[in-house]
Amino acid sequence: MTEYVAILIYLGLALVVAATLLAVNAVLGPPPRPSRDKIMPYESGIPPLMSARRRFHVRYHVIAMIFLVFDLEIAFIYPWAVVYRELGWLGFWEMMVFLGILVIGLLYAWKRGALRWE
Amino acid sequence: MSVALEFALTAEDLWAMAPLLVVTGFALFVLILDLFLRPEPERKGPLVWASLVGVGAALVANAVAPAPSGTWVQGMLRVDLVSKFLNTVFLLGAGLAVLLSAGYVERQGIARGEYYCLLLFSTVGAMLMGMSADLVLLFLGLETLSIPLYILATFFKRRPASQEAGLKYFLLGAFSSALFLYGIALVYGATGTTQLAEVGARLPEALGRAPGLVYAGLGLLIVGLGFKAAAVPFHTWAPDVYEGAPTSVTAFMAVAAKAAAFAAFLRVLLGAGTGTGAVPSASASAWLSELATAWAPLIALLAVLTMVLGNVVAVVQLNLKRLLAYSSIAHAGYLLIALVAMGAGTPATAADATAALLFYLLVYTLMTLGAFGAVVVAEGEGRSENPSLSDLAGLGARHPWLAGMLALFLVSLAGLPPTAGFFAKFYVFKAAIESGPLGLALAIVGVLTSVISVYYYLRVAYYAVVARPAADADADASAERPFYASGTVWVGLGVAALLVLALGLYPTWVVESLVQGLSAATAAWALP
Amino acid sequence: MELAWLGLLFPLLGALLNGLLGRSVLSKRAVSGIGPGAVGLAFGVAVWVWLDLLKRPPEERSVTLKLFDWIAVGGLDAPVSLLIDPLSVVMMLVVTGVGFLIHVYSVGYMGHDPDYPRYFAWLNLFTFSMLLLVMADNFLLLFVGWELVGLCSYLLIGFWFTRPSAAAAAKKAFITTRVGDFGFMVGLLLIFATFGTFSYGPIFEQAPQVLSPGLATAITLLLFAGAVGKSAQIPLHVWLPDAMEGPTPVSALIHAATMVTAGVYLVARAHVLYELAPVSMAVVAAVGVVTAFFAATIALVNPDIKRVLAYSTISQLGYMFLAAGVGAYAAGLFHLTSHAFMKALLFLAAGSVMHALGGEETDMRRMGGLNRHLPTTWKVFLIGALAMSGVPPLVGFFSKELILEEAFVLGHAGFWLLGLITAGLTAFYMLRAHFLTFHGAPRYDAKSVHPHESPPVMLWPLRALAALTVVGGALWLSIVDFAPFERFLEPVFRAEPAMEARPALALGKGALIALSLGAAAAGIGLAWLLYIKGWRPAAGLRRLGRPLYALLDNKYYVDELYYALFVAPGRALAELLSGPVDRGLLDGLVNGVGRLVDRVGGALRRVESGYIRAYLDWVLVGTLIVLVLLYVYAWGWSWGWGGGGR
Repeated sequence: MTEYVAILIYLGLALVVAATLLAVNAVLGPPPRPSRDKIMPYESGIPPLMSARRRFHVRYHVIAMIFLVFDLEIAFIYPWAVVYRELGWLGFWEMMVFLGILVIGLLYAWKRGALRWE
Repeated sequence: MSVALEFALTAEDLWAMAPLLVVTGFALFVLILDLFLRPEPERKGPLVWASLVGVGAALVANAVAPAPSGTWVQGMLRVDLVSKFLNTVFLLGAGLAVLLSAGYVERQGIARGEYYCLLLFSTVGAMLMGMSADLVLLFLGLETLSIPLYILATFFKRRPASQEAGLKYFLLGAFSSALFLYGIALVYGATGTTQLAEVGARLPEALGRAPGLVYAGLGLLIVGLGFKAAAVPFHTWAPDVYEGAPTSVTAFMAVAAKAAAFAAFLRVLLGAGTGTGAVPSASASAWLSELATAWAPLIALLAVLTMVLGNVVAVVQLNLKRLLAYSSIAHAGYLLIALVAMGAGTPATAADATAALLFYLLVYTLMTLGAFGAVVVAEGEGRSENPSLSDLAGLGARHPWLAGMLALFLVSLAGLPPTAGFFAKFYVFKAAIESGPLGLALAIVGVLTSVISVYYYLRVAYYAVVARPAADADADASAERPFYASGTVWVGLGVAALLVLALGLYPTWVVESLVQGLSAATAAWALP
Repeated sequence: MELAWLGLLFPLLGALLNGLLGRSVLSKRAVSGIGPGAVGLAFGVAVWVWLDLLKRPPEERSVTLKLFDWIAVGGLDAPVSLLIDPLSVVMMLVVTGVGFLIHVYSVGYMGHDPDYPRYFAWLNLFTFSMLLLVMADNFLLLFVGWELVGLCSYLLIGFWFTRPSAAAAAKKAFITTRVGDFGFMVGLLLIFATFGTFSYGPIFEQAPQVLSPGLATAITLLLFAGAVGKSAQIPLHVWLPDAMEGPTPVSALIHAATMVTAGVYLVARAHVLYELAPVSMAVVAAVGVVTAFFAATIALVNPDIKRVLAYSTISQLGYMFLAAGVGAYAAGLFHLTSHAFMKALLFLAAGSVMHALGGEETDMRRMGGLNRHLPTTWKVFLIGALAMSGVPPLVGFFSKELILEEAFVLGHAGFWLLGLITAGLTAFYMLRAHFLTFHGAPRYDAKSVHPHESPPVMLWPLRALAALTVVGGALWLSIVDFAPFERFLEPVFRAEPAMEARPALALGKGALIALSLGAAAAGIGLAWLLYIKGWRPAAGLRRLGRPLYALLDNKYYVDELYYALFVAPGRALAELLSGPVDRGLLDGLVNGVGRLVDRVGGALRRVESGYIRAYLDWVLVGTLIVLVLLYVYAWGWSWGWGGGGR
């Protein structure tokens, strides 16, 4: 059980920090005066053009899916990179096979026109 | 915190994986190959050939790869008689499914590279399940099998029925996968390992400490696999999905998913220890003896429900695909009997029962694919998009050989001699009777329900062989309704028919070698 | 020797080729080549096996060839293996040899039939099945062959199935033999229950120790029931005369030369068992001799040439059973062989006559005077008729004489006397048939029918069979104490008591032969008087004979009896059952069950509502059931979520 104690402490700290920040904000900040601009959804600072509750073109989904795949690929590669030395050549080739399969996937997506916007 | 990484991949590991690697490689190859073919359906011939070559190469690799029996790849993969036989069954099923698909998907305008690619990936999943020595790998195999099937079920992109089939299969499949995964988690919680041999070894202790966890885990594993096997009451998805999916996909689904589920049953319930899969290692025999008393009656109950419901409901079906769906449910019941016989008997009878189960899977694969082949042939456009029994009328006059083969498959499904189906049932019932009173009771139910099944199978055979198209109002339309017997369908059905006949005339060849192989392996641990 | 299975393979291949491809792919010439060719090859194999067997010392003339394990499960062991010994080789030679000639003959006889390929397919299949029957090494395989020949017989009797009479005859044959087969099957089960195997070797070896007299009698009588059906003995003889509805070569091959002798073969093969059951032996002999007599009397008056031959077959089969029943198996087998030659010859000659008269005529009252038009047929028929009558030196004389002699010597004087009378009757009816057909004034319609001799392809088999009939006696010259045939069979029938009895009988032999010759001469002479000289007995005698004639003409009213005993009550029962019982009671019941299944099916079908949430509910319910059951099991055993802690 002892190895989990660190995690518990970490979790507790995170909660405390978040709660503290919110509390400090509430205590020190001005009282909230909501306006139309303020309650707008945050879209990287750009004013939204229209409601988000509408149908998106399917190509967004395709892009999102491709993104997801490569995002997860990164998630695999990070830990691999950390123990790269210990894994040796076997680890290297394993990753190459993995990437090779992904490349085939990319090739497929590309050729099928998934990357074409128009 | 240094982690000792003893990660090595030996030549044996690679050989053990060889069949999987071959199929995976060809699946990727098919995917790429398709990119360089023209999009017209009739240009997709090379895909069929590539898939067939891949399946054939994998069969060869499975037969000759010099991987000795044992557990490979960090205790993940088992290579033994059972895995080799199961791989053969899966690959045979995949090859026949490709043959049945070839003309069909072109005709239906769904001939795309993804089709064959997904079929092959699904086969890899099934093979993984048959080879797994670890619950995690088993789950991986289950998903690798299922996800391509979800996609394949929706391959008729413009048909609502196909969409519905895919969605239902996906949602319910995901649900059952979750249950299965939860079961794995509970077993891990109880024993601290996911390796099946280890699970077996630690069971006595775990049962003493936390029986609740063990039983809950076992129960959920059974539920998850029961879903894939379409055993009552986890069968509800099957008729809708079978009906809606493209017929060639249904055929593959009916054999691959079911056979894989039983492969997994074999591995999970009987441990994938150092034995052959039939029975676990000496230390793991508790998995068998202690737990079997718990799961054997349970599986027996499922078997009875499955046989009765499958056969009784099949009687009232007029739609071909639904009828065959219920038929496949019913056959899951007979396969469950073999499982009970394994659990309820002694080690000696367990070997017999395992052989019976494996033989049944082989025969089931052949005859079910064959029967679906008839639907493939009868399925046209419009009215006959979803053929009913009467749409087979006239087949006998137009294609007597085809009708004859279909009749053979149906007779075999009904379990009548001289076909392989008779001996498949015969061996299962025999093993069940030998295993004890529970097995005897199941065998009796099995025989009675088989009698019911004769009725609806022969009714299909009647329509196919004897009946003439009805001279109704649109007599012209029905009289002119074509049958689509492409060359590949002929080859596929011919191979299946020959095997069904050969195994019916001379089943001993397969069964005896299985029994001997299994008994030799069990003898090692059976001693107290 | 190891390749004896080729003998089975060729006819099977022929059947498959002609059956599957004959109609579409093969030309008629090819069919004609394959059909007889396959059997010819099988005959070659048989001869070769025979010569191979002869090279061995007598003790080693029994070879078991295991082909493969058909079923080997638990206690049931049924290998597909063949037994090659003198007995089976004799049968193989007869089946393939006579069969080959009949196949060749069929090329001419059936030449105009539109279903020519089907005919040869069935005929080849029959040859295969018959060979399987005689070559089998166990009772199970024998039974397979037994049923297959029955099937072929059914198919070939009903070959012209559009004729109602042919279809009815086929059905009758099938059902009648089935009665006997039922006994056969029960006998087989008894054998298996007693010995735990179907194989001849162990059974015959253990039989003397294992079988009690009662059990031996039961088994042998049950087996004999099968033989009675197959070999058309009383009381199951009724199907054979009707079986003449089939094409004539079929009658020659199946219903005279080979299949009907399967019963005799069975008794000879199982003679070890029969010798343990004296009662059964007596029954076999009695049934045989009574049948021989009884069938011969019917043949005296029947006007149909094929039916006369059919009754003659029944009668001669009776002789064979008589021989088997008194323990003279070799004599029975010899008569089987010689009968195959003679009767095949007679049938084929009758076929030639029918062919000459346009193909359908079998009524001898519309024949006569054909000797001028059919010189060859006339000659060979005469040879056959004389052989059948027991005129030396034709083969029939030797074989029949031997049976009578053995019956007498072994102390069955009554049987002998009946057999002797039958021999006289045989001579009479055979010559009667001959005279009616070939002599006297023509009684056919000379304006529309122009008799013509058959083509050579039909005549050559006739000549070959005639030659065999003439020289066949050399097989068995027991009169001069030189018996290659008997000695050849000796390894099989070693325990035969007749062997020891032989030396003591030299004295009576001359008298016995004289009596037999006298009976034959009397029969022939009477036939000559009546049908050539036109002698009419005195009116009083004729009036006395009329009821007897009516009795014989109606075949002792056996068909009518069976109709009254079985068919009519059966039909009445069926009426009753189909009327009040079925429609009223059972229909209700069955429909009830059917409706129940239907309704249950319909109700269960409602499980398939189509709603995913409903399906999920089912999965959940099922999961709960599974878990609850497992927990209920675990409850009484050990309960706790984590007693030991972690």
